[in-house]
Amino acid sequence: MGNALKWLAQGLVLALIMATIGYLATRPAYTNFPEDMALIRLSFSHGGGRPDCRRRTPEELAALPPNMRAPMDCPRGRLPVLVELDLDGGPLFHALLPPGGLQGDGPSRVHRGFAVPPGTHTITARLRDSDRVDGFDFEKEITLDLVPRQNLVIDFKTDAGGFVVH
Amino acid sequence: MDLLRRTLRAGFARLEALLDRVFPPAWQPLYHLGALSFFCLWIVFVSGLYVYAFFDTGTVDAFESVENMSTSYWYHAGVMRSLHRYASDGMVLFMLLHLLREFSLDRYRGSRWFTWVTGVVIIWLVYISGITGYWLVWDELAQFVAIRSSELVDAIGIFGEPIARNFLTPGSLDDRFFSLMLFLHIAIPLILLMVMWIHLQRVTRPEINPARGLAILMLVAFVALALALPATSQAPADLGLVLGRIGLDWYYLGTYPLIDLIGARGLLGLLGVITVILVALPLMPPMRRPPAATVNLEFCNGCERCVHDCPYEAVKLVPRTDGLPFQHEARVDPSLCVSCGICTGACPTATPFRQRGRMVAGIELPHLALKDLRALTDKAALGLTGDRRVIAIGCDHGVELKGLGDPAVGVVRLPCTGMLPPSFIDYILARDLADGVVLTGCAEEACQNRNGIAWTEARIEGRRDPYLRQRVPRERILRVWPGKTGTKALARAIEAFRATLPEQPSAKAAKRQPAPAGPAVTGDG
Repeated sequence: MGNALKWLAQGLVLALIMATIGYLATRPAYTNFPEDMALIRLSFSHGGGRPDCRRRTPEELAALPPNMRAPMDCPRGRLPVLVELDLDGGPLFHALLPPGGLQGDGPSRVHRGFAVPPGTHTITARLRDSDRVDGFDFEKEITLDLVPRQNLVIDFKTDAGGFVVH
Repeated sequence: MDLLRRTLRAGFARLEALLDRVFPPAWQPLYHLGALSFFCLWIVFVSGLYVYAFFDTGTVDAFESVENMSTSYWYHAGVMRSLHRYASDGMVLFMLLHLLREFSLDRYRGSRWFTWVTGVVIIWLVYISGITGYWLVWDELAQFVAIRSSELVDAIGIFGEPIARNFLTPGSLDDRFFSLMLFLHIAIPLILLMVMWIHLQRVTRPEINPARGLAILMLVAFVALALALPATSQAPADLGLVLGRIGLDWYYLGTYPLIDLIGARGLLGLLGVITVILVALPLMPPMRRPPAATVNLEFCNGCERCVHDCPYEAVKLVPRTDGLPFQHEARVDPSLCVSCGICTGACPTATPFRQRGRMVAGIELPHLALKDLRALTDKAALGLTGDRRVIAIGCDHGVELKGLGDPAVGVVRLPCTGMLPPSFIDYILARDLADGVVLTGCAEEACQNRNGIAWTEARIEGRRDPYLRQRVPRERILRVWPGKTGTKALARAIEAFRATLPEQPSAKAAKRQPAPAGPAVTGDG
């Protein structure tokens, strides 16, 4: 192979390498989510209740070191959290979320997304974090108009009174 | 495993043979994949420092400052930004090819386990470095990376609050996040550089930089790519919208779409399994290694040549233990020795001319000792018929010698051609065992043991001790390095070489007197 031909071939090989690098740097495009759908994301981190708590007596509190005088004496573990999400009257999600942590003393967590067609929808969210047998401690129903690619977030914050919709 | 390795080797051998026709050995990209990865990292560092001067942290400022580079200052900051991205991608490409090629060459087991395992750590650090970089642009791709990476981290299950919740709504992110990401994007590559340094600790004379010509070619190619296809941002991130179609960097983010199929926990598990397999690869199946080189102290004067020539730092010089009047002696660390025999080639006592005493070298392979080496040479010479006889000396890893099939061509196969002491060439020609000597093996710059070809060449050219004696006619030596698939090229080269050799009178052939041969052995190890 002559020198000129070799230089040309070297250029071609390098062009091929660079084309591979350049092409795969952005292509082929990836469809992360159908563009004609909307997303309802249920995401919260919430600790279930501790059912067997009792108030410490003044004598018990006095016997404790000053930095450990918590008024309530509770078991370490938390209750699981029951959550339900309905869309237009039909069930979308139902789960009993176990408490986190090795000792079961952490918050229950969920971070789930649901693709739904755009349009007007009624969403009902319910949550139970106590030891009650029936019903729910928190419930929220909203009706709203979803547009394509909308990211509707349903959060839960006790301080805000329950479910929060973003 | 063996089938996979052989298939890969065959593929690489074909590609190497093709590129050998185009590039000189020092510029052949496949022979310098590790050095090219390093070179890409240098480009990334320099271009990264440059674009850092133009970058602002903040949910709005980050995107705008990066956009500004590509629009207002495209001719310098924009080019540097593109170089930063493409060199990062190039590093992944060269690094993965490097991994596959080393695997195909069986260079991941035995004494090479340390380099292999630290290489696996490097892969993780390269990916984490690149992924943290993509977050900083804060465009749609950054949003995708942030959400998917958070899901992966959350899948580990050690954080009380899911990290993915930081990207729920536009208001859930603050400017400090970018300061944190910027810190990670600088700190992790520095850790990467340190691990790359550790990666080379068991490699003597590591090739950190490619040859200047190859480096210039690569740099020009990267700049051309940066100008032809400038790196651009996608639409600004908007956490209020779900991402639809996005342009993905498949080098860094190619595994992320799998989250849709197997979930974040599934992908994390898959990556964990792949990592464990890669780390455990040097152990399975166990490597059947020939015994390590041994030192025969009565013939070792601690001259240090084997220490300098060993490509694996397996030979050290230690204080003398046997009372002989020398300061040092060579000592082999069996855990580092790959039994390539290059130390024998470096030992001045490894001469086949020895008249008195035992035929033993100061350092040699137990299964292919000096006496065996001479026996192999004599055996190769005995079978030769015809004029212009040659003995071809090759290695276990390079060109296949069996296919030569010429009665005038004898074959000696060694673990590495660098194992051949130069005195053997003198021996072959001076004792008229053949009319010419052909030294061959792996492709140039692609020696299985890295330095075998270079040391052989240097010894013959008088640049490295032990030298080939001046009296040996150089025109009767052919050095040809065609690589694994080059049997035909080798046969042609030998044919042409034989034509240049003087025709020997037939009577001379009758007088051939090889030294008394030892037991028949092979160099297969």
